[in-house]
Formats: sequence, structure tokens, C-alpha cells
Amino acid sequence: MKRLLQVLMMLAAVSSAHASDGELLMVRSDLEFPEAMSALQEAVTEHGYTISRVQRVDIGLTAMGYKTDKYRVVFIGKHEQQEMMIKRHPELIPYLPIKIAIFAEADDTILVAANPVLLSEFFPDPSLEKYFRRCESDMRSILKKVQDAE
Amino acid sequence: MGHDVDAFRVIIQRFLMLGKGAVAIKLFGRIILILLTVWALPAWSSLDGKKLYRDHCMVCHGEHGGGGVGVPLALPSFLDNVDNAFLFKTIRNGRPGRVMPTFDYLSDAQINALVTYIRGWGDGPAPVFRTTPVKGDPLRGKALFEQKCAACHGKTGEGGRGTGVTFSRPRDLPIIAPALNNEGFLAAASDELIRHTLMVGRKGTPMVSFLDAGLSEQQIDDIVSYVRSFEQAEHREPVLEAESASLIMESPYSLEETVENVKQVIIGKNFRLIREQYLDTGFVPKGEENKKQVVIYFCNFSFLNKALNIDPRVGLFLPCRITVVEQDGVVKVMAINPMRLSRIFNNVELNEACHQMRDVYNAILEEATL
Repeated sequence: MKRLLQVLMMLAAVSSAHASDGELLMVRSDLEFPEAMSALQEAVTEHGYTISRVQRVDIGLTAMGYKTDKYRVVFIGKHEQQEMMIKRHPELIPYLPIKIAIFAEADDTILVAANPVLLSEFFPDPSLEKYFRRCESDMRSILKKVQDAE
Repeated sequence: MGHDVDAFRVIIQRFLMLGKGAVAIKLFGRIILILLTVWALPAWSSLDGKKLYRDHCMVCHGEHGGGGVGVPLALPSFLDNVDNAFLFKTIRNGRPGRVMPTFDYLSDAQINALVTYIRGWGDGPAPVFRTTPVKGDPLRGKALFEQKCAACHGKTGEGGRGTGVTFSRPRDLPIIAPALNNEGFLAAASDELIRHTLMVGRKGTPMVSFLDAGLSEQQIDDIVSYVRSFEQAEHREPVLEAESASLIMESPYSLEETVENVKQVIIGKNFRLIREQYLDTGFVPKGEENKKQVVIYFCNFSFLNKALNIDPRVGLFLPCRITVVEQDGVVKVMAINPMRLSRIFNNVELNEACHQMRDVYNAILEEATL
């Protein structure tokens, strides 16, 4: 019975998933930027991804005399998965590693990512779709974790 | 998912193996009951306006409607002067090409729950406006519009630049002026609502009362008629659907020569080189990277600043990047096609920047492989 309930819950989750469908995944965290950034790093690692680099957009802009609040782009990925995708579709290379933009908005922090499923539209290949779907699920989960972090 | 489907199959097999009719029917009934309950739960809970707002609106409009990428909703002068039909239609249809997306997947009941929740930030009841057209002279209205409205709303009602109120960077106006020629706006706003807004203004925004500013009611009606005439005008370019997702060219040079060519062209086009690295840098130990996949990051900070002023979410394009790859002896130069990604932002203003960036990428690819 427990197993049945698990399956039914899963079906319910799938049936309601479309309610938050979108090509652009965005969340707002009520944490200030440094704390949100830490929460993001933690969530990314917890989901088995590696942060390969953080681009400090705000540092470059302010060094050039432009005013901006804190703004970073975080590159994440799973190496083996990335290699497998590139092998099948080298045209995917410019889109990898995937990115999360994170920026301060007053006392809150906004996180934005392109839905990885978009890549299956750009590069239709049934054998890759399940990876994009899993990546979407992970991305939603990572963003939600940051949104819910206190 | 496959694991869960297998589990479901086992349950069904066990159910069929029970054999005894009464037990089977009882169990079947329970399954149906649970199934219906679990399926219906999301629908019931989804009529919670606060939860709906948190799930769909908060990221842009702020937890308490203070605005951000989206416009502020909790302004008394906004809520006191728009009717529920305006809020409903705005949520349903969005503003094509102006950041606010359509919420065509929400039910009417869910949108009504959202409207009720947003309305809760106001003090009074929702105003009600007549839906009869205002009688004015659009020609006289055009002249008045150009004098009184165009400075903020644009000459053809295309609206202000940027998004919402955007706290992350300085901007000319404290709030974006709506695009009055937007089909989403025109579908949501009745003539009476536009007229009322012109009469009373929006306290806390640059929108003043034009009655107080000296216009007569007839002149205001003329402006309303002119704004309504935007429905007849040709709509702005839709958000781009474009070409292939990646820009790719083969290079007749070696990988090292091509990388040098790319860097030279980038500098020649007034971009600053930020970094050169391998594609798998950060994923594998230093020294073990695949040296046949070289990424060159670069930036023009003035261009970047402009793009962020248009839409602060454009970090997804950042930084500018060209990748040089050698595969099976063939060297290729690659970049994303920004026009293909532009669509996801629902922001026509970004199209111009994406167009420009696509041309820059193509020029770099061409010159580096010439």
C-alpha cells in the first residue's frame, strides 16, 4: 500500500508539474546576496553538480565605472554527462556548462536559468531528452532549495 | 521514472493475482478513491491565492507587490484605479514582448484567486468601469499625446525602456512606463480605465493627473481615442524565433592559429578579452583538461551595461564567448545564437541587442576563419 501511495503521489506530481512550466526558470530568495550565493553553492553540490566557474559580472562593470548591484553567473555541470552530450551533439558545446545568473535586487536575490529542456528543442534527439529532463528537474530543485533557504 | 513505472506494474499484477472478486473490487475501489483524492489535491490547493502568487508572480513583483523585474502591484494608486477585469486579463494574456508572460495554463478560478489576493493589498473595493467606448477625436488626441504622453510612453505608445522598477541598477524613471500600444494592454484596459488614469494620475509614479495639469475632459477623451486607435496599428515585431541554435564555422587553420585569430578579431571589434580556458576546466584536475576544446570569454562593458539596463536577466548570455574545437582533425569555431535564446525573455527590446550580438559573433567567426 505504501508503494502504491508513492506511485500515486508521483503521478500527482507529474500531473501538476505543468503549472510551473516555463522556458525561463526564476526564483526570488529573501536572503541577501552573499547568503543566497552560499545557499546556491550548497544546493548545486548537494545535487551532484560541480561549479566550474563563477563570473563576477558586477566586478567587471564597476571597474569600468558602471553602477550595478551584485551580479554573478555560476557555471555548473556534471562532467561525464557533459562529455556524453558533446559526443552526440558537438553543436551543444556553446551552451555548456549550463549557467545560473544570480543578482541582488534590494534586500532580495533573484536567480535565473534557462530551462535545460529548451536544449532538447534546439537539438532534438530522443536519446538526450531524458538527460535534459533530469537536468530540468535538478535545476528546479536547486532553485527551490535556494528560494526556501532561511 | 522507469523505476516507478515498474513498481506500478508490480502493484497491478499483484492486484490481478488476488483472484477473489470481492477482495479485488474492494481494493480497486480504494485505489480509485486514493487516485481521485491525490489527483484532486493539487487543484484544490491551487486556489490558494497567496500560494499562487508565490509560485507565479513573486519572483518578478516581489513578495509584497513592491515590484522588481515586474512593476509594483501594491501601489494604492494602482489598485484603486484598475478593475478586476484588467488584472484578470493582464494575468491571462500578459504583455507580448514586454516581459510579463501569459499565464494561459492557469484556470479562470486560479486567476481569480490571484486577483483576490493582489486586491487584498488595496484599501478599498475594486473600482468598476463601464465598457462602453469613450467618444473622442483620435486626431486631436494624437497631437495631445505627442505633447503630454510621448516623453514617457514613447511616440507610438511603445512604452519606456527597461523592466519594472529594477533595484539593481540606476535608471532614469522610478518605474517603467507601460507600452500603451501593446495588444495585451489594449485587451486588458477599457477606455474608461484609461480615461480614469488620465484624470487622476498614479500617485507615487511620474504619471500625473492631466485634469489637474489643465486638460479638459474632452481633451482626455481625445487622448483615450488615440490610444485605442493603436489597436489598428501594425503590431511590433514579435519576439524572435530564429535560425539554428548554434553558430558554427569550420576553420582552415590549426586549433592554435584559430584561437589566436579569434582573439585578434575580438580585440579588433572593441571587446576586451576576459579569459581563455578549456571547456572542462573546473571539472577535471588541472593539467588533465581536453586541450582540443578552447573557450575564449570576452566583453564590451558598455554593451553589457546597456543590455542589463534593458533586462537584468540577460546574465544567461554572459559573458560573450567563442569556443574553438578540434574534432577528428577538423577545427570548428562556435557560439550560441543569441536570437534563438532571446525568445525566452518575452522582451522585444532585447531583440535588437541579440541581433547585434548575433552579427558580432558571425563576424568574428567569419574573420577568424577567413
